[in-house]
Amino acid sequence: MPTFVYMTRCDGCGHCVDICPSDIMHIDKTYRRAYNIEPNMCWECYSCVKACPQNAIDCRGYADFAPMGHSVRTLREEEKGTISWKIKFRDGREKNFESPIRTTPWGSIKSAEDYAAPSQEAMKSQELAHEPNALNIDKLPALVPDQLKLGVV
Amino acid sequence: MGLFSKRKTVFVDADILVIGGGMAGCGATYESRYWGRDKKIVVVEKANIERSGAVAQGLYAINCYMGMQWDENQPEDHVRYARNDLMGLVREDLGYDIARHVDSTVHKFEEWGLPIMKDPETGRYLREGKWQIMIHGESYKPIVAEAARKAATEIYNRIMVTHLLMDKTKANRVAGAVGFNVRTGDFYVFRAKAVIVAAGGASHIFKPRAVGEGMGRTWYAPWSSASAYALPILVGAKMTQMENRIVLTRFKDGYGPVGAYFLHLKTYTENAYGNNYEPTWYENTKELVGDYIDRQPVPTCLRNHAFLEEVKAGRGPIRMVTKEAFQDPHKEQVGWENFLGMTIGQAVVWASQNIDPKEINPELTTSEPYVMGSHATCSGAWASGPEDYAPDEYQWGYNRMMTVEGLFGAGDTIGGTAHKFSSGSFTEGRIAAKAAVNYVNDLGNDQPQVRESEYENLKQVVFQPLETYDVGRNEIVAGTVSPSYLLPIHGLQRLEKIMDEYVGGISAHYTTNEPMLTRGLELLDMLKEDLAYLGAEDLHQLQRSWELQHRVLASECVTHHTMFRKETRWPGYYYRADHPKLDDTDWHCFTLSQYDRESGKWTMDTAPVYHIVD
Repeated sequence: MPTFVYMTRCDGCGHCVDICPSDIMHIDKTYRRAYNIEPNMCWECYSCVKACPQNAIDCRGYADFAPMGHSVRTLREEEKGTISWKIKFRDGREKNFESPIRTTPWGSIKSAEDYAAPSQEAMKSQELAHEPNALNIDKLPALVPDQLKLGVV
Repeated sequence: MGLFSKRKTVFVDADILVIGGGMAGCGATYESRYWGRDKKIVVVEKANIERSGAVAQGLYAINCYMGMQWDENQPEDHVRYARNDLMGLVREDLGYDIARHVDSTVHKFEEWGLPIMKDPETGRYLREGKWQIMIHGESYKPIVAEAARKAATEIYNRIMVTHLLMDKTKANRVAGAVGFNVRTGDFYVFRAKAVIVAAGGASHIFKPRAVGEGMGRTWYAPWSSASAYALPILVGAKMTQMENRIVLTRFKDGYGPVGAYFLHLKTYTENAYGNNYEPTWYENTKELVGDYIDRQPVPTCLRNHAFLEEVKAGRGPIRMVTKEAFQDPHKEQVGWENFLGMTIGQAVVWASQNIDPKEINPELTTSEPYVMGSHATCSGAWASGPEDYAPDEYQWGYNRMMTVEGLFGAGDTIGGTAHKFSSGSFTEGRIAAKAAVNYVNDLGNDQPQVRESEYENLKQVVFQPLETYDVGRNEIVAGTVSPSYLLPIHGLQRLEKIMDEYVGGISAHYTTNEPMLTRGLELLDMLKEDLAYLGAEDLHQLQRSWELQHRVLASECVTHHTMFRKETRWPGYYYRADHPKLDDTDWHCFTLSQYDRESGKWTMDTAPVYHIVD
């Protein structure tokens, strides 16, 4: 469903422009507010909907196969670590869902460079970062060269 | 060329340049920093890595996890599974390599904060199927992007990379890349010692089922514009299995995924009259592929084949029987959240058409074909294998290095490694990055140099569509029809029509033959010539122009490969009507292609398939 922007809610902040993976949310030069410049290249990924601080962006199902009168609204709350959904059917039925989105505080990932620097020996091994420990097994598995043979199996 | 003399050129130097900040690119960035503490690691992304790539929208499952810690699966098991699903042809050395590392990737994701569901009885990750674990993955990409941002020296969002640059001091060695900033219009020259291509596969090379407003609701993201292939192809990297396009059986119109429905919710398919149609087509399929139909699980393409035959026999629509499972409130919740977490559009379609799967069994359909390297298919670049066990024919340098020196790849870019999905793509990025750090360390003072004439020439080429439009626009009163230029959407629709009709798209029932492919190539040649007349009204349309260029080159490659393989290896993905059967005598091999950009000619070859035999 391509996105659209409500004139009275959008303040032109540009968060949607910044996030859209398809580069289709642009600022209208006359109204200084965002709009979808290319609805047929919209994946309905909701990245812009989730990013909008004003809840100004909504979706209307693709005209070529979605009858009107439905809505799928979302509220993504980073601090709370949840996303909530309200689905409204064309005939008025509703369904509500809520899911966790993250179990740790935003920004808390330990940087790759904050781990002890790897040794020269490790550099030449087949192990990747944090292995074998992060595999939760003793040793990185490997094939021996003659295990790979020509033929049809 | 007054228009271009004012255009700024920005130079960026990097030890390792990562092109594309999706799952594979983020994995490559993290690992580059871990092993290359003193390295300058630069990521360039055409969108914003916070929400870019195929996982932008989220995922509800991680489809590649061994569970070695609980002895659930071993890497060999995954190799056999992928081999079976792809009808015998995968790079088992590369697949094993991903499988042996992927668990450490997934454990890191959990540590970083990705909510992975647990089995309440065992405490293990909740299995959706043998290889899949279930996640609440709405923020999968933002979490992974956070790790990449902390690892990168610099990240350049909103820069579309158009071409790779080659070294002037040594033939067949990469030296960087060029592109343009979609916001400022500045030209970027990246000078790098090693380049990791982690760009996206190809949607929108075949005509999609929806061609109106809904054309963007493709199965694979519309921003997956084949840069994964076009960038390496243009500099002569060998490609493999490019004919191995994928067709997806999905919920109708929204292309909502069926994995959780089949595997976790235990829903099943039936024809319009309530019958299980798959046994009906057993003998027919056996006639085409022999005992591959008897293997378990039944290869994805062969299940598609039964679906297609049943629809052609007039017993559609095929439906997913959901009414039984959805009486269980937990399963109903999983069924809906599965879409909300990764294909919201399917929830919209159902809401709009009053489809509550508790009361109505929803329709399924088969998608148009896609070319990519990470799902149940394995198109991509021919890459060197792991040093510790890859056969000699698969090893000529560093792990995941293509046939161009210093040019590495991961994710959709690398061919032969089906079923890596999100976690495997990230893992392959890690593998490529460690190898790239070693490569850069080994270079010493022998560093690649870009050629000024090359990037200055490309600067002209890259921005040409803006000038073509400016000049041509003055010829006409208004509107989109010009005798002097084509808009990117015009070129895209012509490409999709050619591929659809001649190379095995939906309107041809996924069927083609040599005369059709020959005609398709003639039309593609003319399209390629016409790309010189692309007109771009603004920088956004300039991005669309270059996405189209990449798609056309990848499509040409797909067509040559499809012509070369004279068998029907994957019925249900595509059919060579002139060679309707699988042929293990002559075609149990990989197909290879190499493009010569001077002559525009393609050279085709084969490579042997090595199997784990035990």
